[in-house]
Amino acid sequence: MSLLSQKHLLGIQDITTQDIQLIFETAKQFKEVINRPIKKVPSLRDITIANLFFENSTRTRISFELAEKRLSADVINFSAASSSTKKGETLIDTVNNILAMKVDMIVMRHPNPGAHQLLAKHIDAQIVNAGDGTHEHPTQALLDAFSMQEKLGDLRGKKVLICGDIKHSRVALSNIFCLQKLGAKVRVCGPPTLIPKFIENLGVEVSYDIKESLQWCDVANVLRIQLERQDIKYIPSLREYSMAFGLNKQLLDSLKKEIVIMHPGPMNRGVEIDSDVADSKHAIILQQVENGVAIRMAVLYLLAGKKE
Amino acid sequence: MSPRIILDTARFHIVIDRLCHQLIENHKDFTDTVIIGVQPRGIYLAERIVRRIAAIKKGLNIPSGKLDITFYRDDFRTTKSPLKANQTVINFSLEGKNIILVDDVLYTGRTIRSALDALLDFGRPADVELLVLIDRRLHRHLPIQAKYIGKTIDSINDEKVLVEWQEQGEEDKVWLVHKINPERS
Repeated sequence: MSLLSQKHLLGIQDITTQDIQLIFETAKQFKEVINRPIKKVPSLRDITIANLFFENSTRTRISFELAEKRLSADVINFSAASSSTKKGETLIDTVNNILAMKVDMIVMRHPNPGAHQLLAKHIDAQIVNAGDGTHEHPTQALLDAFSMQEKLGDLRGKKVLICGDIKHSRVALSNIFCLQKLGAKVRVCGPPTLIPKFIENLGVEVSYDIKESLQWCDVANVLRIQLERQDIKYIPSLREYSMAFGLNKQLLDSLKKEIVIMHPGPMNRGVEIDSDVADSKHAIILQQVENGVAIRMAVLYLLAGKKE
Repeated sequence: MSPRIILDTARFHIVIDRLCHQLIENHKDFTDTVIIGVQPRGIYLAERIVRRIAAIKKGLNIPSGKLDITFYRDDFRTTKSPLKANQTVINFSLEGKNIILVDDVLYTGRTIRSALDALLDFGRPADVELLVLIDRRLHRHLPIQAKYIGKTIDSINDEKVLVEWQEQGEEDKVWLVHKINPERS
């Protein structure tokens, strides 16, 4: 089959393992395309895509925009700071007004979890989730898993550690769903206050011991402390967090093996990750960014194929 | 209508041989010439031609590549199940090259139209020639003709040309079958 099972990409939870594999296979071909001298194909030249960012973003917005342009789609950008939502317009009204100008696809980031599900019930256009609050960030999980697979081969049985602020991370949740669908074992590690209660029910291991967890894993995906989402103090201070859970060269050298280091960005150097780790040959942080464009091209291309 | 063989294995090889000799006749020592096979099945024919010419011309190695046209198609949203993308491998610039574009069956000409678009993204070729194993000459939607043709056939729209390759675990053969019920005896 070469069609996705879903009309939208709202979250990894909704898509199948076959969907993920199809996206990866297509992304491999797009990766070849973006490394050509002419990095553009005409596939989506009849499609208009609106990028709606109700929350700040650098990487994801640029990556989506590049992916859209490399597929020859027409692109419009919208950011909440300069829009009428400040004047009291509802989300559905805002989007319907944009769709009235004949837009085919919506790429949206929104601070409220579930905003995309709500929108999907009320509009006809196809929706790609570029992050909804602390819920999901599907394209990030896809590019993370794709980068891991590039480095390690088949992910079945591979051990992946996600460490840091699990509680406020949409990347963590989407990563857990994606990696489990591909057969990897997942463990989360961080201070007890930043690990959601009952997360074991998703089938992940929980640990509070960073050194033992690093020794256990093949890949460590390091997350940022999301101070902007923390309404109360979850950790005494960043400095204390860094001393207890930060990745540094000394810690990695003390392991008896080499592991792959990933980070979805933005990095806080000196907090969750030290510069000598982030810039080492074990880190594939910039490969993740490169693969991000290919993955997003694949998602947009395959969704456009679903359009009636 | 029952399925029938258009080319049996022996004829199949004779036709490929003839195509190679035609190429040699026109291209002499193949300076600045490259062979590009169109994915998915044109690549088998392209590989055979490269190998056969190497055998005839004593080790002459013509650069060859594979071209996938999926992202350049004009119908990917109208077909029921879109084609899966294949690999593109062209490790050289096509700027100023003479290209021999190779596919198995020439039908509506839309694949070749897309392939021409795709080729231009790798540079401006001096010259592009088309070589096909089977030419279904009655069904062209676009003004596209092959320069080298293995066999020309007259078929109706309900029929389908099926090319079997050793590389895919079958015998080298070409069938004309019914589109709805492609069973072969």
